[in-house]
Formats: sequence, C-alpha cells, structure tokens
Amino acid sequence: MSAKESTRVEYGKALLKLGEENPDIVALDADLSGSTQTKHFAKAFPQRFFNMGVAEQDLLGTAAGLALGGKIPFASTFAMFATGRAWEQIRQSIAYAKLNVKIVASHGGISVGEDGGSHQAVEDLALMRVLPNMVVLIPADGPETRAMVRWAAEYQGPVYIRTGRMPFPVIFPENHRFELGRGQILREGEDVTLAGIGLLTHHCLQAADLLAKDGVSARVLNLSCLKPLDWLLVAESARRTGAMVTAEEHLATGGLGSAVSEVLAEHYPVPLQRIGLRDIFGTSGDAEILLKHYGLMPDDIRKAALKVMGRKNGR
Amino acid sequence: MVKKSKEIPDTSHLRETARQVRLDIVEMLHRAGSGHTGGSLSATDILVALFFEQMRLNPQDPCWLGRDRFVLSKGHAAPALYAVLSRLGYFPRAELFTLRQFGSTLQGHPDSSCTPGVEVTTGSLGQGLSIANGMALAARLNGNGARVYVLLGDGEVQEGQIWEAAMSAVHYRLDNLTAILDRNRLQIDGRTAEVMSLEPLASKWEAFGWHTLQVDGHSFPELLSALKDAGQVKDRPTMIIAHTVKGKGVSIFENQVKYHGVAPNKEEYAQALKELQAD
Repeated sequence: MSAKESTRVEYGKALLKLGEENPDIVALDADLSGSTQTKHFAKAFPQRFFNMGVAEQDLLGTAAGLALGGKIPFASTFAMFATGRAWEQIRQSIAYAKLNVKIVASHGGISVGEDGGSHQAVEDLALMRVLPNMVVLIPADGPETRAMVRWAAEYQGPVYIRTGRMPFPVIFPENHRFELGRGQILREGEDVTLAGIGLLTHHCLQAADLLAKDGVSARVLNLSCLKPLDWLLVAESARRTGAMVTAEEHLATGGLGSAVSEVLAEHYPVPLQRIGLRDIFGTSGDAEILLKHYGLMPDDIRKAALKVMGRKNGR
Repeated sequence: MVKKSKEIPDTSHLRETARQVRLDIVEMLHRAGSGHTGGSLSATDILVALFFEQMRLNPQDPCWLGRDRFVLSKGHAAPALYAVLSRLGYFPRAELFTLRQFGSTLQGHPDSSCTPGVEVTTGSLGQGLSIANGMALAARLNGNGARVYVLLGDGEVQEGQIWEAAMSAVHYRLDNLTAILDRNRLQIDGRTAEVMSLEPLASKWEAFGWHTLQVDGHSFPELLSALKDAGQVKDRPTMIIAHTVKGKGVSIFENQVKYHGVAPNKEEYAQALKELQAD
C-alpha cells in the first residue's frame, strides 16, 4: 500500500481512454472541468465535449437528450450540485426515463476540505440510492475507479459514480474488474465485520490492523456497489461474525449504514454500529482534521468495532 | 411513407385531421374521467401541422435513424400527442380509450418506454428544452440530418431550467432545433398575466439570441410557413410563439381556466361532440 491515487484524477484518465476507443462517448461539465478532471477529454475531443456553464439542471437534461440520440454521455460536476441542484432532473429525465446517462460526480464527502459545508456532499448517496433504475457506485481506489468507468460505459442505463478530491492508497491490483452487485472480502476475520466505501474502505483495513493488536479478528468488506447492494455477502458476514460496523464519508442516514441496516433487519439481525456524520453538515478545514473531527478515522472504526462486539450477547 | 416538407399546400385536409383529433381527445378524456382538456385542444393544430406535414417520419419504422424528433415538453397535453400518433398508425385507435388506466400503454404523461412514437418521457415541466438540445447535439454528431422539434407550454417557461436551455441552444448554434411555444395565456391557477407575468415574451427569446417568430397557432398556413422558415435559418435555433386559445374547438372550454386539468363530464362531452361534428 504505497501508491496514492485520487479517484477523480483516475476518472479523468479513464474517460480520456474511453473517448479514444469509442466515438459515441461524449462528456459534459458545468464549469468545473478542471476539478472533475473532464478537462483531459475536453482537450482531446472538443467536438464531443459540452461545457454547459453554471447550469446543473441543463447539464443533466442535455445529457439525457444526448443519450436519446445514441450517445454515451458522462456528465460531471461536484456531487453536491449534481445530486442536489438537479435531483429532480435526474429523477424525471434520467432515472424514470431509464436513459443511458453516466453521472460521475467529484468532491463527495467531507474530505473536500477547505471549501466547507456548502460544497461537501454528505447526502448524495441517499439522494441517488432512493431512485429506481439508478446504479450507485463509490470506488475505493484508482484501479476500481478505472474498472467502474469502463463498466459503466458498457452498461445500458443510469449510473451514479462518486469520486473524491484527495488522493488515497491503492488497494486493488491494476487489472481489477468490476462486477455489478458484488462486494469484496478484502480481509477474512471471525469476530466482527467492517464494511466501507471510498476512502473509508481503506480506513477499515487500517482499523483491522489495529484490532489485530487488540486480539480481534475483523473481516473487511468493500461495498463500493451501494446499489444494487451485495445483500448476500452482508447477510453471510453477519452470520459469520455476529456484529457489523459500516463506515462512510456521508451522513449515517441514507447511505451505506442505512443500506446495511435494511439487509440486516430483513435477513439476519446482528448488532450494527454506523460510522458517518450524525445529522450534521460539514465545515471548512484541512481534510485530515475534518476526518478526525467527524470520527471517520481508523481508530474511530476500531472503537465502534469493540463497542458493537460488546452488544453481541445482549441481543 | 417518408415525407419531406414541401411548398405550402391547401390545408383543408389538415383542418379535417385536426377536427378528428379533437374528437378523439374529448372522447379519450371523457372516458378516462381525468386529464388535461384545455392544453390538449390548444396544441392540437400545432401537432397536426408538425406530424402530418412538417416532420420526416416513418410510422412503419418508428426507430428509423433519420427521422425528425419531437419532444412534448408540456407533457400534460399527452392526449393530443396520442391521438395524432394513433391516427398515423403508431398503435391501434382502440388503445386511445385505455388512457390513464392501470396497465395501459398510454400513461397520464408521455412515457417513451410504453408508447410507440413517443420519443421522450416528460411530465415534470421545464425539462424538455434541455433534452431537445441534447438530441439536437447528438443529431449533429450523427450527421443524419434529423431535426428536433419541442413544444413548450407558456406557464412552463416560468421554470428556470428553460432559460438555462435557452442560453445553451444559442451557445451551441442549434439551427437544427425548432421550439414552439403554445401561448394560450392560461395556467392552472389563472391567467399567466396574473399568476406570473411572461411578457414581453418574444423580446425575451430574441434577447437570448433566438430567431423568434409569432403566428396564429390555429392557422395552418401560418404554422407551416413559420416551420419552413425555421428550417432555413443558420447558426441559431428558432422559437415560434404560437398564439392559441385554450380549449380551442369547443365553446364551453375555450379560454376557461377550469378546463386546464378537468375532463369533460357527460353533458360537456355531448356538447363537445355536437360542436366538433357540426364543424
């Protein structure tokens, strides 16, 4: 775990490569092509890139029209503006209409940092997960980002991919393949399951190292495919380890924590502890400081694991 | 059955088609017991001019790549679109009378996955112009010469997204796009002038850079002339503001706010039949 990659940067590279291979790939942005990294595609394929200006509703609507015309549009802006400002455009013109639009939104979570709460999407996964027909993906590293972007271009239907601003460690091998509806066991363990998405998948792995020193054996899952969720893997992990922790850079409601709660409640109830923002928006600050402030660090996950294991007998 | 636009002909056959379409609309709505009477009847002549004269279509091959595209952004006028599509042979006429029923191919608002000939799923106002822009960009990239038509309601242009799209259509020089605005001057809560003023409407579109025309939306010669003119404009999109009468064709519905979203009852349906059959 030496190399670090930012999922938004890897998206920009992957989109450029797809553009070279498939002339039907088009890209759109809303005046943030430098931040979202669509700028590389824009430079290479100016005829197939459409900057819509600061107009997210028009961005998503135009992407829908391009999909109707047989193109494969990748529409990008910050996660907050794509899913917040244009939620109803996504609902009506993309999800309800079942159109082949790929929304790849950057700056998800609070690791956005200094821009503050207005720009930190902590509810985007909830807003996308609730939509019928929508696939919701949060890559855990560079290779997974590249695999997901490639997969999304071949899949027929709406897809939401959340990328992050800051670089974080590589987990998967370069030739990693993405499979819809499948989570991965990154580490085997018996006592508790730690399930993460995005940067927090990496923090779950670090938490498992810390727990090993406590004599606790933790299974670690990457649930990057939030919808459709690998419910069999979640239920099987609950049966095997008897306790779970979810970890995400998102509100503790509506995202991974809620999705896992739903599976556990319906299929295999075990104690669950959710790591995420507790009914609170983000704030300005250095990303590392914010991750500590909101309790999203490996040691926070470790403490949650010890707490939830203590509830095993009490259920 | 590929048609190309041609010199403006005698339009009496279009008037007869529109009369038949209006008869279908009032029967569909009466049988459904709900739906949007006023805006379907105000848009009827516009749709007939487009589908029976202007657009290149092939109802036997609804997915023909070179076809012109139509977006009903004011999706609540779905009954008018369905009546026109059925008359062109996209689906059997009997299906018209399943409108809004459970399991029907004819949803309350247009759904392209249910209904042959419906290009775009609409219903939530303000979104169709952006979609039409995207279709026009795709048509340009595809190089198949397809033209995109979009019908907007007048109340609908109170949505902010319309003006985002008004900017982008001009920015991208979409001369293969024609928008038509059904200016019937009424919306659910009353007159547009009272609910949210739109005037000066033509100046707004002109100021955004659109080639802007105004016509009598119930005159086929005027509609066809404007549609033809739009096809000859280079480097910018065309907006045709079609001045219409809400509820056109049935005296008791004309200019009545109430019939925006109310279907004809038994007595109103009988009156409508009487007037449209005598026409």
